[in-house]
Amino acid sequence: MTTFLGMPDGPDPPGAPTAPTAPRGVGHLRGGEPFKIAARRALADSQLRRNLGKATAHIRTKRAAAVAELPDWEELREAGRAAKAEAMRHLDGYLEQLEAQVTARGGTVHWARDAAEANQIITRLVRATGSAEAVKVKSMVTDEIGLNDALAAAGITAYETDLAELIVQLGHDKPSHFLVPAIHRNRAEIREIFLREMGDVDPGLTDNPPALTEAARLHLRRLFLSARVGISGVNFAVAETGTLCVVESEGNGRMCLTLPQTLITIMGIEKVVPTWPDLGVFLQLLPRSSTAERMNPYTSLWTGVTPGDGPQEFHLVLLDNGRTAALADQTGRQALHCIRCSACLNVCPVYERVGGHAYGSVYPGPIGAVLSPLLTGVEDNASLPYASSLCGACYDACPVKIDIPSLLVYLRARHVEEAQRTHRLPRAEAVTMAAASWVMADPRRYAAAQRAGRSGRALSRGGRLRALPPPLSAWTRARDAPVPPAQTFRQWWRESGRRRS
Amino acid sequence: MRIALFVTCLADTLFPGVGQATTALLERLGHQVEFPEAQTCCGQMHVNTGYQRDALPLIRRYVETFERYDVVVAPSGSCVGSIRHQHAMVARRYGDTRLASRAQSVAERTFELSQLLIDVLGTEDVGAFYPHRVTYHPTCHSLRLLRVGDRPLRLLRHVAGLDLVELPDADVCCGFGGTFAVKNADTSTAMLADKMRNVLGTRAEVCTAGDSSCLMHIGGGLSRLRTGVRTVHLAEILASTRDGGGAW
Repeated sequence: MTTFLGMPDGPDPPGAPTAPTAPRGVGHLRGGEPFKIAARRALADSQLRRNLGKATAHIRTKRAAAVAELPDWEELREAGRAAKAEAMRHLDGYLEQLEAQVTARGGTVHWARDAAEANQIITRLVRATGSAEAVKVKSMVTDEIGLNDALAAAGITAYETDLAELIVQLGHDKPSHFLVPAIHRNRAEIREIFLREMGDVDPGLTDNPPALTEAARLHLRRLFLSARVGISGVNFAVAETGTLCVVESEGNGRMCLTLPQTLITIMGIEKVVPTWPDLGVFLQLLPRSSTAERMNPYTSLWTGVTPGDGPQEFHLVLLDNGRTAALADQTGRQALHCIRCSACLNVCPVYERVGGHAYGSVYPGPIGAVLSPLLTGVEDNASLPYASSLCGACYDACPVKIDIPSLLVYLRARHVEEAQRTHRLPRAEAVTMAAASWVMADPRRYAAAQRAGRSGRALSRGGRLRALPPPLSAWTRARDAPVPPAQTFRQWWRESGRRRS
Repeated sequence: MRIALFVTCLADTLFPGVGQATTALLERLGHQVEFPEAQTCCGQMHVNTGYQRDALPLIRRYVETFERYDVVVAPSGSCVGSIRHQHAMVARRYGDTRLASRAQSVAERTFELSQLLIDVLGTEDVGAFYPHRVTYHPTCHSLRLLRVGDRPLRLLRHVAGLDLVELPDADVCCGFGGTFAVKNADTSTAMLADKMRNVLGTRAEVCTAGDSSCLMHIGGGLSRLRTGVRTVHLAEILASTRDGGGAW
């Protein structure tokens, strides 16, 4: 085992825990520009706003109804949280148990330190089959490591078979949601993509959803029947038996997992759960939280190789890519509990307005805003922890009770502390914050500052303040600011003759 | 009952009427309000912007100012949320376990206004009169950090003359989020636009809430667009009476 899985105890002291983070230059965990800039562009896209607003509102309503059906939803959430906490607490042991079980049942286990190593391993495994093609089950982790690009560079074509991933791939686009990667597209756009990119499509294709689905089905069926290699991620890996689990809605996963001769599965090391009863909890939590279904249509479970049935060669790649760094962070660790249901995306007022691409990372939304910086190091995704109003809707929706708002606040502190340690000169914001702290630590200084602030009254017109200097000009671009009153509350209190205390 | 008022730095400096209303309301109900002048700010802006170390002196000041009181009230779900959920956490992070336990203890005795009125003082009808069409925005921290639930609505339903209209998508954030409104001003504005659309759709004259900060945000947008709808803090509505009790 080459992966360090240390878990230091005790509170996180100021100063980042150190373990290797996901390397730069490979995969899709970092955006090319700060959130604010990417968000501004997305906000101006009226088609995107309409598509996202409609889709998230729809799924929010459905999810609320599906969750309300279960009287023991809160107990299930707690059970899910506890199972993940146990798995993280003894991750080294559960991973070795998983490895032993998979190996004993005819599979081969590979350990990948990071995205580059995982891509090399998978490329080598596909090459060894002599095939230049592979069919893929929808998988976040392969997007994370940029597997399709790595395979393409080696002359191997990876075909996405999930309908939405297919739309993204054919559109030379990027996924923008865990579950609905093409949520930013509407059916008219999808029809155009199919007509343009799908070689074998009927030119009379309409934008009727059944017609679009049928076109994809015909296109994919040919691939399923000819593919010799399947590539998948997993939703869960049960340590006690070495059983892997993929849940999906379209049946494409079942095809990819059973038809090819060789199956290569990659999973982040946090996907392991200790036992089958734990899996039972997650199979209740996940569908209701993600698709608002009581049970997902296809649940595929497999354990190693079954002679004469299904893939006869099975490889499991265990990926770190910054997860150990997240695990070593006692506060941040709970982000690894995420089961990628996307409930937090669907309830997030920020995500609903800017979409997934604005986050830069393949993991968008509230959980992405904490997971991505934990995997890459905060400095490489420094704008993401601030991409939230801390409204808390994500925490309420999370099926494994990840306290995302607190994690965002924690990562902001880590960002500030790291910036202060590495930059010699304090930034304007740091100076302002330190000054505000100095002023407000003392009531006399504070009252003096209030008196000084009253000069703002001179700027008001008709009882309104329409323009403030930077950085507060960002506020007054769209909102008036309150005019400082003639008298502060504490002045009024004194003059009212009430008791001084 | 002797009740200490933590007026919050925002209300103290920019919205003194909210503190005056809280005082008037509690005095009308027969309680003794004290305003310890040593108070300043809860430090939430520092914590939520990442400057936890700079928040420490403010947390210490809050604890030292208020720990001698049995009951503290603040007209802000957000500030009380920070006091309850962040003060001890920040103190612990910097190894000050003694401050953390003191902060925890004061936090348990610090209440948001609607919680104080209903849970501590046991009253839903405060005898207010406010003849206006009003819609209520439940601020995120009141709703999800403090779980005030329908307490503010129960108080509003007892206000004579008040025409309470339901706000569509009420539980969605207005986009304020402290420094979020400046750091991600465009996204914040997009959220504000939807909140304003919903407020305007109710045809209310007044949008109320339990936080001056969110009201400053919503009100700033409503004012900029000259909508004619104004924002009024919950305390100011509850302090208003038939004989002009709102004109302090």
